[in-house]
Amino acid sequence: MNIVNIIEEIEKVDGEIYERLSPRRTAMKDFFNFGKKISLAALPLAMGSMFKKAYGQTTPSGVADVLNFALALEYLEYHYYNHALVAAPTLVPAGAPTAAITTIRNHELAHVNLLKGALGASARAEITYAMTDFTAGGTFPLVYSDYLTFLKVALGFEDTGVRAYKGQATALKGNAVLTTALQIHAVEARHASHIRQMLAANGASGLKPWISLGPGGIANDTGVGAVDAVYVRENNDVQAGITITGIATGITKAAAVESFDETLSKAEVVGIANLFLRTGFKL
Amino acid sequence: MKNSKSNVQPDVLHEESNIFNARLQRRSFLQYAGAGAAGIALIAAGCKKERRNEMMPGGVTLDFKDDFGVLNYAYALEQLEAAFYIQVASNPPSTFSPAEKAYFQDIQFHEIAHREFFKKALGNAAISGLEVNFSSINFTDSSSVLGAAKAFEDLGVAAYNGAGVRIKSDVYLTLAGQIVSVEARHAAYIRDLISNGSFADLTSLKDLGASDANGLDGALSPDKVLAIAGKYIKTKINVINL
Repeated sequence: MNIVNIIEEIEKVDGEIYERLSPRRTAMKDFFNFGKKISLAALPLAMGSMFKKAYGQTTPSGVADVLNFALALEYLEYHYYNHALVAAPTLVPAGAPTAAITTIRNHELAHVNLLKGALGASARAEITYAMTDFTAGGTFPLVYSDYLTFLKVALGFEDTGVRAYKGQATALKGNAVLTTALQIHAVEARHASHIRQMLAANGASGLKPWISLGPGGIANDTGVGAVDAVYVRENNDVQAGITITGIATGITKAAAVESFDETLSKAEVVGIANLFLRTGFKL
Repeated sequence: MKNSKSNVQPDVLHEESNIFNARLQRRSFLQYAGAGAAGIALIAAGCKKERRNEMMPGGVTLDFKDDFGVLNYAYALEQLEAAFYIQVASNPPSTFSPAEKAYFQDIQFHEIAHREFFKKALGNAAISGLEVNFSSINFTDSSSVLGAAKAFEDLGVAAYNGAGVRIKSDVYLTLAGQIVSVEARHAAYIRDLISNGSFADLTSLKDLGASDANGLDGALSPDKVLAIAGKYIKTKINVINL
């Protein structure tokens, strides 16, 4: 990539590019700090961030878009658990498992209500259970009759949720809404951890509470090939240009991968969510 | 504190401002950055102007005026967590099951990886190593160890959640998000060991800023986190520009 060319291309359509950059001196300073701290590989990312600041892209409508995107995911999660508890009462064993799924369902409903309230009139249309298809077009035909299948798909939702919120953090930077989003994000991670433990207790050997390195170094550590899209890049071990594997004694590739969860882009999350929405109701 | 403001920093800021004062100079920087291998020189030039964390005779200073302060704050907490898990993993309570021993080893390595990541990312701007004080923890007793682990993890989650809004760089904001979800996974696991099903008992996390009614985990400002963590840290931590 040639940054000079990019700048010159922008100058052709926007003669004031340098002036735009100038008053945002903090953006340039941040950029400089980046240069000191991160590798060449990450420089293009830092450049992108500088332009974003120069153009002040994070608008209130951008924030509403992120919240509506989150709301759609929360609707999906809520219906997934709620349907199991309401319509398939024998699916989840009584006692601790039902208590856990109820806790998670209640949190997802709380998230729906919180986001709806925050968005007010800007909130997206409701997603009802009738608009969903949790068999994902027949990929998981036993999702509401086989407990293990139910837990596996649940884990897919939770790990997707964790990665989706993380991926939107920069769009909320410096905004008080970011704190709320991070608070939801951590709750989804707690859910994911528990469902991983529920799966492990039901024979999914080797599944840890945290996302580890899959067999043979693949990104998906769940053994469910149909959810590969949920785990893309989770075998990454380079953070901000720093290789984590071997950063200290005992830090294997698996430990490095486990130490940092990765982000998913909005497009990647939409692709996953749409598998569970009927035609006509896709995001 | 009179020497908490480094003499180096205003100069660095002044220098950086000067670089961008003239259009021509600004442009030559961009061309410089774009010249492929010259990027290496850019980083090398950056290194010369590295900010230094002035060693306070009475401890370390977290200066929250920029991202370095937030990163050093995270570095301090990761040092604390790593020190705790190293001690547990190297000599676990005798009642720990093999699975518990293995997962506490895992967590130990995660916290070491976080600590070393921040140390490397901060370079010369990193605070020095903290001295810890674990005298309140009985490392031979599993309930004491699990209780402390739960406190560290829940506090760590609230700390990252509360600090996120202060982070100005996209890269480090995302990284904080990448770490906090792992801490939340730890917290849920440890809570389930203490009492299965308490993985996300948000009511019990109210003092850390959580809300069960809204499904929100904890979020605390750095001063409140440090007041709680202070019990485990011997080194004096000075906070400025919060």
